[in-house]
Amino acid sequence: MQFGGTPQRRRNRRQMLNVELNNDAYPHGLMMYNEPPNMNITLQEFETYAFERVQVLHFLDSLSVSAVKNSTAYNEKLTEFLRKNYPGFLLSTATGREVSDAELEWRRKDHISHFILRLAYCRSEELRRWFLDKELDLFKFRFLHESQSSIQQFLKLNNLSYEPISKEERTRYAAALSTSSYDMSEANVENSLFYRVPFVDVLNLVTSRRVFLFQGDAFVPQKEFLSIISTRYREHLSKALVMTSRALPQLDEDDRLLPILKSFNQTAVTSAYDPKRNEGKVSITDLEELSKLSYPLCMRQTHVALKETHHLRHWGRMQYGLFLKAIGVTLEDSLKFWRQEMGKGIGIDKFDKQYSYNIRHNYGKEGKRTNYTPYSCMTIITKNPPSAQDHHGCPFKHTSSDLLRQKLKTYKAPSDSIDEIINLVKAQHFQIACGKYFAATHKMEESSFQVTHPNHYFDESQKILKGEKPTGRGRGGAKQENEFNPTWAEPIHHKTQVNQDLDESEIERMMVEYSEA
Amino acid sequence: MPGIEENMEAAYDPNSLPSLLPIYYKYIFPYGPFCKWLFYGTTAGSESLFEKREFSFTLQNDIYVRYQSFATQAEFGKELKKMNPCKIDIGAIYSAPPKHRNRVSGGAFKPLTKELVFDIDMTDYDDVRKCCQGADICKKCWTLMSIAIKIINRALKDDFGFKNILWVYSGRRGVHCWVCDEKARALSPHARSSIVEYLSLIQAGNHEKRVSLKDPVHPYIRNCHQVIRSYWDQYAIEDQGFLEEDKDIAKVLKLIPDLDVREKVEKHFAGKNSAERWKKLKEICSAAYESDPKRNRKLRYVSHEIMMEFCFPRLDVNVTKGVNHLLKSPFCVHPKTGRVCVPIDVSKVDEFDPFSVPTISELCIEVERSEMPPEESETQDKETPDAETPSASKKLLSLFRKTSLQNYMKPFDSLLEQLQNDVPAKNLIAQSDLKGDF
Repeated sequence: MQFGGTPQRRRNRRQMLNVELNNDAYPHGLMMYNEPPNMNITLQEFETYAFERVQVLHFLDSLSVSAVKNSTAYNEKLTEFLRKNYPGFLLSTATGREVSDAELEWRRKDHISHFILRLAYCRSEELRRWFLDKELDLFKFRFLHESQSSIQQFLKLNNLSYEPISKEERTRYAAALSTSSYDMSEANVENSLFYRVPFVDVLNLVTSRRVFLFQGDAFVPQKEFLSIISTRYREHLSKALVMTSRALPQLDEDDRLLPILKSFNQTAVTSAYDPKRNEGKVSITDLEELSKLSYPLCMRQTHVALKETHHLRHWGRMQYGLFLKAIGVTLEDSLKFWRQEMGKGIGIDKFDKQYSYNIRHNYGKEGKRTNYTPYSCMTIITKNPPSAQDHHGCPFKHTSSDLLRQKLKTYKAPSDSIDEIINLVKAQHFQIACGKYFAATHKMEESSFQVTHPNHYFDESQKILKGEKPTGRGRGGAKQENEFNPTWAEPIHHKTQVNQDLDESEIERMMVEYSEA
Repeated sequence: MPGIEENMEAAYDPNSLPSLLPIYYKYIFPYGPFCKWLFYGTTAGSESLFEKREFSFTLQNDIYVRYQSFATQAEFGKELKKMNPCKIDIGAIYSAPPKHRNRVSGGAFKPLTKELVFDIDMTDYDDVRKCCQGADICKKCWTLMSIAIKIINRALKDDFGFKNILWVYSGRRGVHCWVCDEKARALSPHARSSIVEYLSLIQAGNHEKRVSLKDPVHPYIRNCHQVIRSYWDQYAIEDQGFLEEDKDIAKVLKLIPDLDVREKVEKHFAGKNSAERWKKLKEICSAAYESDPKRNRKLRYVSHEIMMEFCFPRLDVNVTKGVNHLLKSPFCVHPKTGRVCVPIDVSKVDEFDPFSVPTISELCIEVERSEMPPEESETQDKETPDAETPSASKKLLSLFRKTSLQNYMKPFDSLLEQLQNDVPAKNLIAQSDLKGDF
């Protein structure tokens, strides 16, 4: 795909479409995307712009699994990718000189493509979340490449002015300030700038205890300033996405744009897994055998714990129960299996009374009747961390490396791959470590796919064991970095599956905020 | 004293609950203060915060009824007296009265706000307490709750700037915290989980060592350490004897990250008591650190880490995170113990004794002994938060003030007073919201 042609031709077309493109419209390379573009563009442009931006976002997505954000490796890989595919995002805004036409063109493209993707990704909370995360990564990366003066200009343009605290205030809290972030001695405090903001503006710093809190205010050091801005950006964008999703029905009649927009959906998110696709394929008598052959480690350990202790706590039952549903255990079988196992511990009566409801609930037979989807790796890794009495979670993330090593040995993983796995774990590459485990236990050099979902892991394993050819890429939300093809020629599927993985209430709250505003 | 306590507890028989609850809801439940709290200065009508609040009841035989809501105190009281729930849960304030949720179109029924709540449960400490396990508690391990309350309460006030904080005994083995500030009630789930993370230190998962401190140690952790240190000798060494038996020692030794030092400490443990062992452990570790601070930096905070591992508050993230998560209401009766979920006075947290909290059977006896009200009609149902009806109904309503429940009402009453004083602050918040909105 080529973007537009020579500058000369572009300029002609602009004139043709009667668009004024000047420095006033785009005073800065970075923007908060406050105003939607108000100009005519061709369908060709519409698709090309969106497609190129999606590629960048997908690259960011795959990068976030393999490299630590803002590490040197991360920045290098991203820079290299952008240089080849989207040099516009590498431009930093120069202050004090004329902006070239080419730069303005990139800004326009940035602006338009962002808004097109808003349309494409506002359709479900899952998509919104994904889009928001990737856009934020992109924004942070670009923000960090701007010069001090250009950042000041950006802040001024967007009315984001923050005043650093006074010297007196700094001295008063010097001891606390110096112990609240890294490389900040008391002498350093004297020479650094701090900004006092409500703690809700820098939640990421609060979460990791990297900021001093006093009476509801956070004292943010200069080097963490980006946190403030990115929180603002995130809030702004998430509200805007909700607004867009409300406006979207108006587009429903547009048969030119909608197919393009919808084509992006299907390739966006890796966590969705249709809970019904395997229905009835697996019998509970095979579970023991399957747990040794095809279960990912996380499920194997919950299975073993259930068999041994005849009990799992709530999140363990959720994680394993939904997994079982999606590998194809029917509701009847599931009830039988859990009753059989848990009954040995707590008694059949108590099980029927207190636990069977939850299992029927998972299958959408109780309560609000949602057919819940099984947990993805991301959910298992980031949500509901296990406590000491729990057996759920991701063993690569939640087990100490000694214990993990022991476990891998008992499960007969080859010892050289154990070392490799442990090293990956230490570098925080939990899913890659899992992929390594898959390769080692299936006697392969490299795992044939990226592990993003326990059920996907299971399916791939089954394929190999049954002698089918592995698919080579994830399902539903497959990563298609190199061969992204908008499938707009295909009929549009209105996916009925609901993903309960994500925290709905946050989005819901934002919608409310908006409606009140 | 212990003898009396046991007798009192024995006096409550779970089987008698169905016959006691009607008396409790008729004469004892503090409707006035309770509803005044949840009205938050609003009055009945479209602005009412009470009407849109979800209540859930657990009835006899584990029947669970969600999405109950009531326009007035009278309506609320009437329902309680009719249903006699064994448990009342409080949920979020929704965009519409929960009982009418089907009248509003699809997505319009949403949870908007709720108090910021915390749930601390003694079962989460099972791996670090020797005296009891599971649902059991005793005075020895109750210290862990006092520590948790002190730590969390201080941080909520000083670090997060909240003012209206209510602590409640859960009736059996834990405590609940309700932060009622308007700002707290409006927090997003994201902000709520950030706060929990800030307050939590114990690493999740099956790790042998779950606390590792690195420089710089955050002021919050320093504060926590001070609180824990003030209890440590009495709690860990005297009450728990945490270095008494071999398996205890093995557990503590595993927390020393350096193998040589670990061995050395173990050798010095022979023939000593817990206090001497603890002293020795600290000496050896700090000596090892001093000898080569660069290489042994992991040893710098070993004693701190051990103290944190054993005493640091353990919070249930999920209870705090969800705006629509339900939490057992204050003044509910715990069906197993019969104890009322009474407010805890934070300024006297060390004096709080879960075993002397009145049970429903004691309260019912107290009411019987006190003078019975002249009429048992429905007069009290006319009472609304604003209406001042003197005479019989008023007398009836304040009966709880004549029971031993009154001894626990002080923190609740002062919370109500404070909330009243806080109302003018509303405008300021609205202004700052406007400024931040773009």
